[in-house]
Amino acid sequence: MKRCIVGSMDSVIDITGLVKRFGHTTALDGLDLQVARGEVHGFLGPNGSGKSTTIRVLLGLLRADAGRVSLFGQDPWRDAAALHRRLAYVPGEVNLWPNLSGGEVIDLLGRLRGGLDEKRRAVLIERFELDPTKKSRTYSKGNRQKVALVAALSSDVELLILDEPTSGLDPLMEAVFTDCVDEFRDEGSSVLLSSHILAEVERLCDRVSIIRAGRTVESGTLADLRHLTRTSVSAELVESPSGLDRLTGVHDLVVEGARATFEVDTDHLGAALEALGRFGVRTLTSQPPTLEELFLRHYGEDVSS
Amino acid sequence: MTGSTGSTGALTVLRFHLRRDRMMLFWWITGNVLLYYSQAVSTDGLYTTQAELDRAAAGMESNAAFIAMAGPARALNTLGGQVAWQAAAFGAIVAALMSMFLVGRHTRAEEESGRDELVRAAAIGRHAPLAATALVVVIANVLLGVLLAMSLVSYGLPAAGSWALGLAAGLTGLVFGGVALVAAQLVESTRAAYGITGAVIGVAYALRAIGDVGNGALSWLSPIGWGQYLRPYAEEQWWPALLSVVAVVVLAVAAVMLFDRRDIGSGVWPARPGPARGSLGSASALAWRLQRGSVIGWTFGMLLGGVAYGSIGDDVEDLLGDSEFSKDMFASAGNSVVDSFYATSAVMLALIGSGFAIASVQRLRGEEGAGFAEGLLATALPRWRWAVAHLVVTLVGTVAAVLAGGLGMGLGFALVTGDGSAVLRLTGATLPYAVPVLLLAALTWLAYGIRTRWAGVGWLGLGFCFIVMMFGELLQLPGWLMDVSPFQHLAQTPAEDFRVVPVVVLLAIIAALSWLGMAALRRRDLVTN
Repeated sequence: MKRCIVGSMDSVIDITGLVKRFGHTTALDGLDLQVARGEVHGFLGPNGSGKSTTIRVLLGLLRADAGRVSLFGQDPWRDAAALHRRLAYVPGEVNLWPNLSGGEVIDLLGRLRGGLDEKRRAVLIERFELDPTKKSRTYSKGNRQKVALVAALSSDVELLILDEPTSGLDPLMEAVFTDCVDEFRDEGSSVLLSSHILAEVERLCDRVSIIRAGRTVESGTLADLRHLTRTSVSAELVESPSGLDRLTGVHDLVVEGARATFEVDTDHLGAALEALGRFGVRTLTSQPPTLEELFLRHYGEDVSS
Repeated sequence: MTGSTGSTGALTVLRFHLRRDRMMLFWWITGNVLLYYSQAVSTDGLYTTQAELDRAAAGMESNAAFIAMAGPARALNTLGGQVAWQAAAFGAIVAALMSMFLVGRHTRAEEESGRDELVRAAAIGRHAPLAATALVVVIANVLLGVLLAMSLVSYGLPAAGSWALGLAAGLTGLVFGGVALVAAQLVESTRAAYGITGAVIGVAYALRAIGDVGNGALSWLSPIGWGQYLRPYAEEQWWPALLSVVAVVVLAVAAVMLFDRRDIGSGVWPARPGPARGSLGSASALAWRLQRGSVIGWTFGMLLGGVAYGSIGDDVEDLLGDSEFSKDMFASAGNSVVDSFYATSAVMLALIGSGFAIASVQRLRGEEGAGFAEGLLATALPRWRWAVAHLVVTLVGTVAAVLAGGLGMGLGFALVTGDGSAVLRLTGATLPYAVPVLLLAALTWLAYGIRTRWAGVGWLGLGFCFIVMMFGELLQLPGWLMDVSPFQHLAQTPAEDFRVVPVVVLLAIIAALSWLGMAALRRRDLVTN
């Protein structure tokens, strides 16, 4: 049956080889991105790496120069308006008409999206502690984001596209946001979440894609990605170790007497521990790579090479 | 001495303001000086002999509508008297608006954007931004007054009258600068502050209009009236200047006292909350909501402008004099001078109304550039419907504005002459000129559709049409070039009979341009930041 094309059937978003140029600058240079139905997908990358551009192509606001982009199996440029009934978007920079109140904007966006859930609207306004009677010009950045979030989350949609949606929220509101996204996923819907807040990504995302300079450099579950990176190990041994530097995958080795610290490619962690065992282990601390290290490694690659 | 309540650093802030304002100040002041200067030139051009001027002055002095618009008629049979009369009221309003925008931009707008906080965090006194703003306004109005007086003296007008006229403009500008400074303390938003100041300017203009037509008492309540009571070129009296000076001081002190009672970022009056629930449910409702103020304002303004033309009545021949210039302008249709004059006036009104049409189309660019369109077009709203919603407002607003201009002209004419049939006749004669206006709108739309930055082409088109209409004959432009202006092809109603064909052709061109514009918009990237 059609089930054989598993990727495209289960993908809400399926992008391969996307290229987007602005004049002479190439913003996206063969980007790939797959978001499966029902998953929260983290979309990570340094500033200017093309996250927002990708999202705008997905929304049919920008036109792809090359590559294949499919949203719910359809072309987001040609079928933009119809597809938009099934998704809600929170832009990174929320700009609202200064003389409309927050409540007016929420209702306007909701209606244009094809109606919003009244009950959810009321609950969300309560939870985000938003005053909907204030004119948009008086809202802070965080409050403008809340307006867009309430409008998006109270719509009955299958996909949320969020571009750094919490950059202006305080930690309390961020927690509310996290809960809301969890609930949204529990209903079987999908989320594309571009973010810089790693704790948020770690807490929410099933899978992540990391992009750099308009290209996808890594994609997978967090566990997958951790696998690709290094664990730091620090051990106190009975006797002074030797030959550790000959092990494959070991980096930055420092041996001081019976003490050894090093970083090891997570794939070779087992071999390294075995080697340590031969010298008698008194204490051992090993730290899995944090998401932050993961990012720094990918973001910073250009600098080191 | 560097107390936290002082104005330490005001001069630094002032220098910064002037750096930011220099182009703005240049255009406002030059524009206003030209407004006066051009009256001198055109009056000289219009009346070649003193007898003509005497005849025109007699007609003007007895025309209540003129007096209501311009001010008390004094020494109208002199060049200076004409300049003062025709320019002073409008010049005062221009000066007032300049002051209002200067104040708004350096007070409320800065606080709204948060830039004010950045400045206040520096080692400057609490009152420094306020003092710097006041100084900018003083500098601007002094410059205006001095340049205005000097330009008129250089034209050959009497010095005393010229300086009185300059003083009147500068002082009126200052008084309304004071009003704007107070308004900026009262309310939280720049818009609301402009609203209050604008309303005060409107009331001041209305008071002097009613006063000047009546016994003059109400004019003494108006800062614009104080300026005119300096009697430029008509036995100047200087003491009314004191009224303005006192008003400026009182307003400045009031502004400082109000400033001390409020927090930065908020106003003395708390902001009015908006509705918690919205009634806007479609792109059309939103477009109307965003543009209605402009549609209503322009329609009303065009009505008044029409009344201004219409109230000249059938004294046209006397007012126009016998100069070659006026013959070129108004008698070219070869019909009655009155009808030719109103044909020209109708085109003039339509050209003014083009300002609305072009600005209205450019609203799309504004919405897109400000990032409002991004969120909107990520909903189920198709791009074309978003654009059409705004363009429908452009269409309706343009027709309304041009109709209002014609209606005003008819009403003014009917009031002065008692000829009631003129209302319908002149309204009907003006309406066809909405078509070339819409063509300029369509041109703007096409340019915008291709590339947002090109939307300014509309103003170039308008400038071109204006030059062809005003100076085309004078400059002896080649026929084919003049024919590019859509206004050239219409029958010059009411001097000529209405012709259907040119209107249909123009409508077809409008349709084609609109279609191309839509095709272009649907193909291009949305502008995002």
